[in-house]
Amino acid sequence: MRKSRIALYAFCVPVALWLVAPTLVVIPLSFTADRSLAFPPREFSWRWYESFFSSSQWLGGLLNSLQIGLLVAIIATVLGTLAAYGLSRVSGFRKTFSNSLLVLPMLVPSVIFGVGLYALFLRMGLVGTLPGFLIAHTMLALPYVVVNVGAVLVSYDRQLERAAWISGASKPKAFLTVTVPAIMPGVASGFLFAFITSFDEVIVSMFISNPYLQTLPVRMYSSLQREVDPTIAAAASVIMTITTAAALIAIFARTRRKADT
Amino acid sequence: MTTATRPAGSGAPPRARRGLGPYGILVLPVILIVVLCFVVPMLTVLVRAVTEPEPGLQNFAWLFASDHTLALIGRTLRLAGAATLITALIGYPYAYAMATAGPRVQAIMLLVVLLPFWTSMMVRTFAWIIILQNNGVLNAMLTGVGLPPQSLLYTQTAVLIGMCQVLMPFMVLPMVAVMRSIDMRIPLAAQTFGAPPVKAFFTVYLPMSLPGVLSGALIVFILSLGFYVTPALLGSPREQILPNALFNQIVDLLNWGQGGALAVALLVTVGLAFVLVYLVTRALGLKVNVAGGAQL
Repeated sequence: MRKSRIALYAFCVPVALWLVAPTLVVIPLSFTADRSLAFPPREFSWRWYESFFSSSQWLGGLLNSLQIGLLVAIIATVLGTLAAYGLSRVSGFRKTFSNSLLVLPMLVPSVIFGVGLYALFLRMGLVGTLPGFLIAHTMLALPYVVVNVGAVLVSYDRQLERAAWISGASKPKAFLTVTVPAIMPGVASGFLFAFITSFDEVIVSMFISNPYLQTLPVRMYSSLQREVDPTIAAAASVIMTITTAAALIAIFARTRRKADT
Repeated sequence: MTTATRPAGSGAPPRARRGLGPYGILVLPVILIVVLCFVVPMLTVLVRAVTEPEPGLQNFAWLFASDHTLALIGRTLRLAGAATLITALIGYPYAYAMATAGPRVQAIMLLVVLLPFWTSMMVRTFAWIIILQNNGVLNAMLTGVGLPPQSLLYTQTAVLIGMCQVLMPFMVLPMVAVMRSIDMRIPLAAQTFGAPPVKAFFTVYLPMSLPGVLSGALIVFILSLGFYVTPALLGSPREQILPNALFNQIVDLLNWGQGGALAVALLVTVGLAFVLVYLVTRALGLKVNVAGGAQL
């Protein structure tokens, strides 16, 4: 290996460590027996998981996040799939305009969207309510579904659907029985992305939550601002396990999609 | 879609046969929902900025007259600039190593750079607190090798360490895309004509890879402007940036007028950066993918 190549890798290894290390400290820390966040933990214990699962605030936050995440994923997937399908059949200005509008929530700083929603929700009594969270998170999750489903629709052969029409299927039936199965990998990864987006969201959620309805990331944020105890590490490990599982399934769905086409 | 799969004469697919085409039935309702639930809330912020406490532009006059707010905007821009510069300087060698490595190393390097992006923001921020706190992992390592401990948590350095980590993929991936398209025989040709490798790199390779650097830098800059959690938890409350000041004005002080003016300032800054991205990418003929930047 050339000297310059060795120097290059000597630079990249610490960079890789910087990128990876933080993810590696959280899970071991969640099993500490100490009250402090000293790392590495000296003794093994489950006590912070017990503390997590026996606290109504932490467990309640987790259940809220799971419920909101699943509902948001369902709503965003239905809306996003319909929009992406419709967009694949038009072109020109309408397409560019709609596409830009649909991915907008991905690009505008969430704090601005949060302020706006907070203003409206205060008047409409939606702060700290399930419908409020569903509206907020669906807006943030929608772009991921549109992008994922749009990507598979590019390679979808619409002749299949026409064949179903000619064979007598109604348009909605042809869409549900022919098109949807064909674009399923994109729909599935859109669903999981939408779930992760909602499950992880903290900025907008902080604006629209109240003590009666909090999600897990919001609960984590407020406890990080006050006292730091290793229950947070247990919470972080629970979040990581759930999002990693969802992400792995999404990646799997995506690679299968590539293999299929 | 290839032209062969399209029936004759359907430059645009069939539309408007029964009044509403697929656009009207499928896309328009979703667009309306997005306008109602996303665009309208943001417009109300703008409206409140010019109507509270009374109609007029006094909130914007405050924005530009107060040293505090000008310092806030300046600090936000500086932080975004610093994050862009750091990710570019660290990302370039990383991207070069990745673009010129074998497929297996390349796959590992891709996984490594994407890992922070895939990790939940709260988890990532919490991990940095564990590492950077005074009796944390970093200081244990520093004192272990005989170096003086650093008190990094609650400083701008900590904010930059945490921010740049998750911004890396947005810098590295466009760089790699451009670098992979560079024909390595061209810098080699420069060396054949007698240029030393360093000179061949700086006069031939670097200019050819600049479009990737530029598109990465623009995306990173835009995303840096919207960070909230990392500065709030890793930074010092005395060195607030726009998104955090905005949150305080609205949620803690219920100051909708001035908070709204701050929101407009942030939105305009991001908007201007976008116009810049659009113009530059168009001039260079690049495609920039900004998917996934909302949650930082």
